Amino acid sequence: MESNGTVEIITGLHIGDFFFMLQGAKRTIILTLVSISLGTILGLFIGILRGVFNKYVNYIFGLFLDFVRSVPLIIQFILVNAYFGISGHAKSPFFIGVLVLSIYSGAYISEVVRAGVLAVPLTTRRAARSLGLSWFHDLFYIVFPIGSRAVFPSWINIVIGLFKDTSLIAVIGYIELLRAGEIIITRTWEPILVLGCVGLFYFIICYPISKWSERFEKKVLT
Amino acid sequence: MIKIENVHKSFGNLKVLNGINLEVTKGKSVVVIGSSGSGKSTLLTCINGLEKIQEGKIFVDGIEVNEKKTDLNLLRTKIGMVFQQFNVFPHLTTLDNITLALKVVLKKSNEESKLIAIEQLKKVDLFEKADIYPNKLSGGQQQRLAIARALAMSPSYMLFDEITSALDPMLVGEVLDTLRILKKDGMTMVIVTHELRFAREVADLIAFVHEGKILELDHPGEVFDRPKNDETKKFLERALK
Amino acid sequence: MNYTFHWNTVWNVKEALLKGALVTLELTIASMLLGAFLGIFIAFGKNSSRKLFVNIASSWIEVARNTPCLFQIYMIYFGLGQFGINVSSYFSVLIALTFNNAGYLAEIIRGGLKSIPVTQMTTARSLGMKISNVYIYVILPQVFKIVYYPSTNQMMWALLNSSLGMVVGLSSDIAGVTSFEQARTFRAFEFFTAAAILYYAIAKLIMFLSKTLGKKIYGTD
Repeated sequence: MESNGTVEIITGLHIGDFFFMLQGAKRTIILTLVSISLGTILGLFIGILRGVFNKYVNYIFGLFLDFVRSVPLIIQFILVNAYFGISGHAKSPFFIGVLVLSIYSGAYISEVVRAGVLAVPLTTRRAARSLGLSWFHDLFYIVFPIGSRAVFPSWINIVIGLFKDTSLIAVIGYIELLRAGEIIITRTWEPILVLGCVGLFYFIICYPISKWSERFEKKVLT
Repeated sequence: MIKIENVHKSFGNLKVLNGINLEVTKGKSVVVIGSSGSGKSTLLTCINGLEKIQEGKIFVDGIEVNEKKTDLNLLRTKIGMVFQQFNVFPHLTTLDNITLALKVVLKKSNEESKLIAIEQLKKVDLFEKADIYPNKLSGGQQQRLAIARALAMSPSYMLFDEITSALDPMLVGEVLDTLRILKKDGMTMVIVTHELRFAREVADLIAFVHEGKILELDHPGEVFDRPKNDETKKFLERALK
Repeated sequence: MNYTFHWNTVWNVKEALLKGALVTLELTIASMLLGAFLGIFIAFGKNSSRKLFVNIASSWIEVARNTPCLFQIYMIYFGLGQFGINVSSYFSVLIALTFNNAGYLAEIIRGGLKSIPVTQMTTARSLGMKISNVYIYVILPQVFKIVYYPSTNQMMWALLNSSLGMVVGLSSDIAGVTSFEQARTFRAFEFFTAAAILYYAIAKLIMFLSKTLGKKIYGTD
């Protein structure tokens, strides 16, 4: 089988496949970066809000967050996609993906942020206020620096989780790395080779980051 | 009898025991005193094989502790040890702390184990706490539990490693009373302690350890009133101030 | 919106959906039990002094935690196929979930083991207990209490990951049944809403049962 100058390797794979996977990898990374940025902003916002506001608001948010964390991601992708479909305003898979992943990661991040805010000793914050610092100053100069140390390792875990979860978006038609790999496999039947490369890609990104986060956590604790 | 012959022990590059010689005869109490880091605790943990020695020999009733073919688990049932940090089992009730080893090591039946445990608890005045978990006991009570747990195994020898050092001063007395009773009953004991008044009262022999060596070994009267070694004199001066 | 909801199509196949819920539970619980069993060995393996055991254990843990679960399912479903071993989608999910759970649980168990003071071992040994008995009667019971809640957390992940079977053609769990039915009736929104509700209900159920059991284990402290 020939197609404009591609070289056929013994296994049936050709160079075009490699670029196909590379594209998939690029999309995985972009999806991750965009979603985690939006998710972090959302999570910070909700987390601080929940740390501050009254029980009623807290409860509503809590319920929503609970739902997002108890329903599998694939179901969420398909559901949101179906919703936009029937509402007549169909959106691209990338849009749906970013929407769902941002809310999903935002939910987890908000929990982590809330714990981080609560981890800052009230006594320290009172001391700041009694020096005349405003509520906002307290947040910015006291809560944020102290809290973010505790929050950081958990945040990294969420980022890594999100990076791996992008592999699910294939169900609504977005071709990221793992789906690209699967497509090649069903054509060439070289699962070990292809999956090996795919797995390696995820591994060499996730492993160093998580190890570094572990060491960071140890340093902070001592 | 416990026989310690020319024992040397190091932790890596740190030499902790520098040629210890000691004999503990049946029914006698040997109290080991000395400043922190002198090697006293290490000596105890070598006797029941929890730590290995590099040179020398230790014999308990003729059995060499460091010989490869020695059944250490069996040997340890003859030697009871109580530690500074009590080390009770937090997930078991007071009673079960005692019955565990009786059932699992000495293979005693449930009923027999319970009877022995109750008897020991009565001796250390903890019978009412039998079904309570150790986290609800005071430090002194936990230490008495640890003693009862070791005694329940009917050991021939008891080793005590600074058992009052982690206790509130108010609670030290009740623990030392337990040791006085043991002494009266004729138990062979090696006691490492800072409590010098108690040492004088209870000991048949005092060993002063300094930098891994026994510098003075004599009756309490001799050691406290007429110390022969300079280091002993210095130590006693500081300690009895 | 130019769409009429047809919830009755979902209601008509409620038995199939409920059966699917059972399969989902089955996959979740089975993979957790098997994962826990393997996890204990991996935890000890990583703490071992034999380099071979440490390497195998570490590799297992790191691959399980640093690659997507769907990737792990593909490796079983497609990967073993290359060696002529054809695994059904059900067993691919079961094996991959077990692999995944075992890796995470091993780390949880290791954390538990680490938090038990060394003195517990020393003291039990000074009573004459042999090492295996110390683990069975003193160390592991305490570890169990420590790892209980993190393990129920892992169980939630197992539940969520079980839905991935749909991607490799599993048609007997909630996601699979839903996918099958919506392909038949084109009622994606209704069916997947039902699926979402079912998963949520099961998640709540698992959490409730864990809390209740947890109260029994930890007493009324």
